[in-house]
Amino acid sequence: MILDSKIPEGALAEKWDKHKFNVKLVNPANKRKYDIIVVGTGLAGASAAATLGELGYNVKAFCFQDSPRRAHSIAAQGGINAAKNYQNDGDSIFRLFYDTIKGGDYRAREANVYRLAQVSVDIIDQCVAQGVPFAREYGGLLANRSFGGAQVSRTFYARGQTGQQLLLGAYSALNRQVAYGKVKMYPRTEMLDLVMVDGKARGIVVRNLITGKIESHSAHAVVLATGGYGNVFFLSTNAMGSNATAAWRAHKKGALFANPCFTQIHPTCIPVSGDYQSKLTLMSESLRNDGRVWVPKTVEIAQRLRKGEIKINDIKEEDRDYYLERKYPAFGNLVPRDVASRNAKLVCDEGRGVGSSGLAVFLDFADAIKREGQPAIAAKYGNLFEMYAKITDENPYESPMRIYPAVHYTMGGLWVDYNLMTNIPGLYATGECNFSDHGANRLGASALMQGLADGYFVIPYTIGDYLAQTPYDKVSTDHPAFKEAEQNVMGITQRLLSIKGNRTVDDFHKALGQIMWDYCGMARNAEGLQFAKQEIRKLRDEFWQNVKVTGVNEELNQTLEKAHRVADFLELGELMVDDALHRNESCGGHFREEYQTPENEALRDDENFAYVAAWEFTGTGNQPVLHKEELKFENVKLTQRSYK
Amino acid sequence: MDLTLKIWRQKDKNSAGQLVTYPLMNISPDMSFLEMLDVLNEELLVKGEDPVAFDHDCREGICGMCSLFINGRAHGPERGTTTCQLHMRHFNHGDTITIEPWRAAAFPVHKDLIVDRSAFDRIQQAGGYVSVNTGGVPDANEIAIPKTIADKAFDAATCIGCGACVAACKNASAMLFVSAKVSQLAMLPQGKVERKTRVENMVAQMDVEGFGACSNTGACAAECPVGISLDNIAMMNMEYLGAKASSENI
Repeated sequence: MILDSKIPEGALAEKWDKHKFNVKLVNPANKRKYDIIVVGTGLAGASAAATLGELGYNVKAFCFQDSPRRAHSIAAQGGINAAKNYQNDGDSIFRLFYDTIKGGDYRAREANVYRLAQVSVDIIDQCVAQGVPFAREYGGLLANRSFGGAQVSRTFYARGQTGQQLLLGAYSALNRQVAYGKVKMYPRTEMLDLVMVDGKARGIVVRNLITGKIESHSAHAVVLATGGYGNVFFLSTNAMGSNATAAWRAHKKGALFANPCFTQIHPTCIPVSGDYQSKLTLMSESLRNDGRVWVPKTVEIAQRLRKGEIKINDIKEEDRDYYLERKYPAFGNLVPRDVASRNAKLVCDEGRGVGSSGLAVFLDFADAIKREGQPAIAAKYGNLFEMYAKITDENPYESPMRIYPAVHYTMGGLWVDYNLMTNIPGLYATGECNFSDHGANRLGASALMQGLADGYFVIPYTIGDYLAQTPYDKVSTDHPAFKEAEQNVMGITQRLLSIKGNRTVDDFHKALGQIMWDYCGMARNAEGLQFAKQEIRKLRDEFWQNVKVTGVNEELNQTLEKAHRVADFLELGELMVDDALHRNESCGGHFREEYQTPENEALRDDENFAYVAAWEFTGTGNQPVLHKEELKFENVKLTQRSYK
Repeated sequence: MDLTLKIWRQKDKNSAGQLVTYPLMNISPDMSFLEMLDVLNEELLVKGEDPVAFDHDCREGICGMCSLFINGRAHGPERGTTTCQLHMRHFNHGDTITIEPWRAAAFPVHKDLIVDRSAFDRIQQAGGYVSVNTGGVPDANEIAIPKTIADKAFDAATCIGCGACVAACKNASAMLFVSAKVSQLAMLPQGKVERKTRVENMVAQMDVEGFGACSNTGACAAECPVGISLDNIAMMNMEYLGAKASSENI
């Protein structure tokens, strides 16, 4: 298989415009002859479904939540980047492109990232037109702030709930199309298989989560906007229902999965408090604009603090190590996420961590409160401080927050070409579900940007190019390919229900998460990864012999829903380990302990690993086949990332 | 701490439900309310019993999916808090906790504590948007909006659509939910063009769905986890009157 990224010819800045001219168009009157399925209604899915409906296609949109408005994009806090240069501080499309490529540690496609930076400006216009209430200055114009990994203020925000406001904007556009009858919405419906006819994606099989009914839906193209796979780790900042099942089942039908080991561990989350913990809560990265990260200078002081022999205020200024400011004077507390997370791990591994577990560092606002006053800090971060206080029962205005890194975002995902089409014709992947724009590390406030870029401004053009070359004929859901896929789904369901073992689904999920966190988390090494691979296989074997799923298929059965998802996580986890094991370099969120600079920074190997690793499924338990897409850098010079 | 839980169990929409009592031991005060229910469900599963079905997703208080009526209060005893952000430290050893689904004719029960809130989506579909297509819109900074207006619109826009307002209201009225969207868009210049048809259509849909009338008791705002203000209802009433006064739909 040769991976053709279909990157248009020509100068970087002209590729997208040229491509938009060259793609084939579907006549307005003919668009109604095409059906498109969109799975997932977060930023990428809702924006795509709404826009495709506006264009005149017949859209069916699916989500597992009770309403499209609940998709986990809603929880994004900090903001959305755009190269508007409203602040006159030197931003430009090229600078956003450059920052994103560099922030991704040179493992993303230049052409995709440049296009992302180009359309970023349109996104803000679109959202404002929809009535999204972004933060504003007293003059009535839009406000901006700076965010990790950037030296300009290009982040647009709506207090600490930007994702909510953007998603409600996309949801409103989606609702408008539902009212017009151009989008049919299927909430509480989960995709469990992809249907292919003559090698092309032609539909999906879903389970109605209320009745358990297995149903087929046919279309001319299928768009997966199903988010990331961070919940492989059990504990993450993802929503409880976030899962990889739609993407993984498409992978098992032939779609390649790219860079699965590139996972982002976010530096500022509330630390784990007990083994009952069900999820981790992010504290927005924007807090690092004013909060200072520190730990005690010595192991001895840290130990005394943990034992309660001394209080935080007893630690003198000179005994505090503001390690990010010390090591990275140029960026200080605003270094990219991977760097901040790894350094938190480093100081905790040294024994200088705080909190009862020793797995936490301080994020201190005392200086900011002294400088600006408590009301000013409350205006910026009030809702985050409240959330912290609710969860921990501590007041962050009086004592520093305790934070620790947690799994947050997955840069890897289904392999797509420049048109966001997977290697299966007619199957598209957008937003976090695909691998395309963030390389090995995503910069803050770039996920919202990518989700909306893909949905509002990329796929509406590129899907037309495919459909224009597709006959109008519809495939009946009575076609043998649909029946076969339905049988497959019923088969997996019956198998899960018939095991009647002794161990719960959550118990398996937690065990998998622990393996992934210990051996394929913030730092990895070959020995650990090989061990993890064996452990995952053992766990998966046990799952299929000993999992306990109660009830029947024909009912609302949350245990069964979870069992499907965890069954897939148990396969995806192994692929992540395979990918981490094969990539003998460190880059971005993938830190292999064997490959680091003398200063403990990630050491890339551009000669051997400047490629996208796209994996082909060959059967559960079989070694997947690696396909490489070389990354060509013509507009940026590959350098050792430095934030010093 | 040890607790006694009384939980509403109902097989499906068409079955009758009842409160079932479950003892639960060794609950940590640092657990969230939903983590406490996770512990119960794991125990039930191990015993081979059907776990309690409840809606939840983000567990960060923003998605609006969680929805429990706890000891007679929507989202439990803490003000300005969703169930997922409620922690067990607000309960005591030996407490009996009654957990029910939202009760409203427009929110039929699917199973146990899960209700059907699709009526909310249909109300939004009736007009909770600005009619702009993707593309062809003016530059974002061409629309200057006074900060005070933008902030007020934001306050209204933070509604998470959980339905606590309906559950808290003795009339099961959805006025707070509907008015939050109506006010947000009526305040902003982008929403002014369609303000009349929007409020008429959304209110009409609200009535079709079977939500009750508003009697200005204010329970909705008191129980709202994100502090949506009663002012929005007043604003919607004014919008509605203004729209009807010159409406072509009368």
